[in-house]
Amino acid sequence: MDLAYYPGCTLKTRAKNFETSALAAMSALGINLVELPRWNCCGTVYSLAEDDLIHHVAAVRNLIRVKEQGKNKVVTLCAFCYNTLKRANLVMKDSPDKRYAINIFMDEEPDYYGEVETAHLLQVLRDDVGWEKIAGRVKHPLKDLKIVGYYGCTLLRPQSVAIDSVERPTILQDLLKALGGTAVDFPFATECCGAFQIVNNRDIITERTAAILGSAAKSGAEALAVSCPLCEYNLRQTQSSTKQPQSGVPVMPALYFTQLMALAFGLDLAVCGFEENSPETRAWLKNKGLIS
Amino acid sequence: MNNKPFIKRALVIGGGIAGIQAVLDIADGGYEVILVERSPSIGGHMIQYAEVFPTLDCPQCIMTPKMVEIAQHPNIKLMTYAEVQKLNGSAGNFEVEILQKARKVDVKKCTGCGTCWQKCPEKVSSEFNAGMAKRTAVYIPFPQAVPAKPVIDTEHCRYIHYQQYMAGKREGKKPPECRICEKLCPVGAIDWEQHDEIVKEKVGAIVVATGFDLMPVSRIPEYADDPDVLNGIQFERLLSPGGPTAGVVIRPSDGKTPKEVVFISCCGSRDPEHGVPYCSRVCCMYLAKQALLYKHAVPDGQAYVFYIDIRSTGKGYEEFIQRVVEDGVLYLRGKVSRVFREGDKLRVYGADTLSGKRVEIAADLVVLGMAVMPSDGTKELLIKLGIAFDEAGFVAESHAKFRPLETNVPGIFVAGMAQGAKDIPDSVAQGSGAAGRVLTLFAQSASADKALAVV
Repeated sequence: MDLAYYPGCTLKTRAKNFETSALAAMSALGINLVELPRWNCCGTVYSLAEDDLIHHVAAVRNLIRVKEQGKNKVVTLCAFCYNTLKRANLVMKDSPDKRYAINIFMDEEPDYYGEVETAHLLQVLRDDVGWEKIAGRVKHPLKDLKIVGYYGCTLLRPQSVAIDSVERPTILQDLLKALGGTAVDFPFATECCGAFQIVNNRDIITERTAAILGSAAKSGAEALAVSCPLCEYNLRQTQSSTKQPQSGVPVMPALYFTQLMALAFGLDLAVCGFEENSPETRAWLKNKGLIS
Repeated sequence: MNNKPFIKRALVIGGGIAGIQAVLDIADGGYEVILVERSPSIGGHMIQYAEVFPTLDCPQCIMTPKMVEIAQHPNIKLMTYAEVQKLNGSAGNFEVEILQKARKVDVKKCTGCGTCWQKCPEKVSSEFNAGMAKRTAVYIPFPQAVPAKPVIDTEHCRYIHYQQYMAGKREGKKPPECRICEKLCPVGAIDWEQHDEIVKEKVGAIVVATGFDLMPVSRIPEYADDPDVLNGIQFERLLSPGGPTAGVVIRPSDGKTPKEVVFISCCGSRDPEHGVPYCSRVCCMYLAKQALLYKHAVPDGQAYVFYIDIRSTGKGYEEFIQRVVEDGVLYLRGKVSRVFREGDKLRVYGADTLSGKRVEIAADLVVLGMAVMPSDGTKELLIKLGIAFDEAGFVAESHAKFRPLETNVPGIFVAGMAQGAKDIPDSVAQGSGAAGRVLTLFAQSASADKALAVV
């Protein structure tokens, strides 16, 4: 089965391992993620200003690309892209005035009415593939791995675009269980990592990620499964910049859920790109007997 | 229209405080009245409470005389463990079908000695104690139950399970034959052959007083599913001298004394997005009362109350709130975003909007002032009776101001929480009011025709 796939900028630069592992894992499940031609930036952050319509144009353009392909659904990996595309689509669907203004502005494009569904890959796994089929594909169950699912914000907020229960999501844990791992619940699964504050206020990131990692460690987890490249980046950066033992920040690998899928499916480890994760990741995986 | 005589006999549905008041007033007015209650005893939610605001009297003390009077009143026919199933006819000539569930106990023989429920080996969660304690499969819900005659809970009784197994209607391991209650009953009152039956009654007027239930805590997933997170009724049971801990306040997870207790108002109330849009009207007051009773029980403990507004509009209520604040309960104006476990504490993330600061509390116990809703099954009953209800499922009165106790069906009245959120004094007032409407109808009605002109 072919699925239209929107990568976004980060997956081509800082999170290549997210993309390579996802493409390989999905192909192992019989699904081809077909990259959209002529895609552009998603707009990165959904603009909350009522009259800032120009901000939605980038996202809408991508959705028009999907429509051009004769598709009515597009899959994203990056949680931010998911959020901006999905919310921009809601504007086009539900706000006639805004839709009119945006369509008029993009007079070089065909008119768009919000016909394309944006799905995150986790939704595809849950709703289209199903946990049973995924479990059936597992060659090396991730047994004895205690992993927390860390969702961050943009997959779950606002409620209108949430891929799961806003307050008690389970979709990542459900995937981890299907992969044969032990999914550990932890109370900080939906706390914000600090997001873009990494640019101008590192202290916020340090405080947030230390709290998240601390809570994960207290819950008995050894690693985090993530789906947002910015969460991954922030978690990794904090750990390497506060590695002094006195900082009290636990060292814990943060892995994309697709890397864990590739591992469990027994795929060629080159697709995982573990060298781009935190330096401790390989050592931990080796220690667990998952890589040699 | 018909010319049948107007039946001057009433039916009250629901044996909580509103129904109790209505039944007693109708009976004292000189007319026969049937009280139908679906649980094994009358008393409703009020009998579960520790002490009631603002006077702090004990419900067991002030309510049991009324309950006993109902059992003994010559004009009252009490049917517990029974449910109204069907209604035909109109004002003055209602025909009601009532399902009398099998108690499996012959109440004429039973003396209420207690041997059966003391010896029954099957322990299940106690509804009266809101799951905070166990009861047996043959049981009276609480010691002051009226009637003080047990019922056998057929869903949990071992011998019933055994019978089902032998008849091929039950899977799994063979249950023990048990029958301990039957063997030990000194008067031979256990009656396995008793079955559900339909009782038909004719009445002229009906009062619906089916009360409320609390919104399930699971509707607010951000307030953790945790043994130390309680709803208001569960905490009442902890505070009650007749409760599972004899009034000693403990942390259910480990039995220790909770030193930091957080009370959260408006859990589901005034929250159209996630809960219900209306104010539940009782939570501000009962949480204040619970905080005060907690301070009495644990003087060195700290109680916090998160609130949006303090709604203390009843007589003596604002004075009561002031007393609670002066006694050291800390009021924080803001909502709580999350409650989650961290080690042996519950972390509460909230806001104090008066100081503009985020608040984090490491609490031992969290009490949720959950929204009140029409009791389970109200909607189904109202449909059977043909009564209109509002979006929330409360009975829609005929006119919000001038016919507050009348339903859209002539001859059927409403009282208590079934009509909307209200406190005990208002429920009692409505119980009396509905009884008054019934008595007026009876006094004016020689025939059903004339009665309908009145209603």
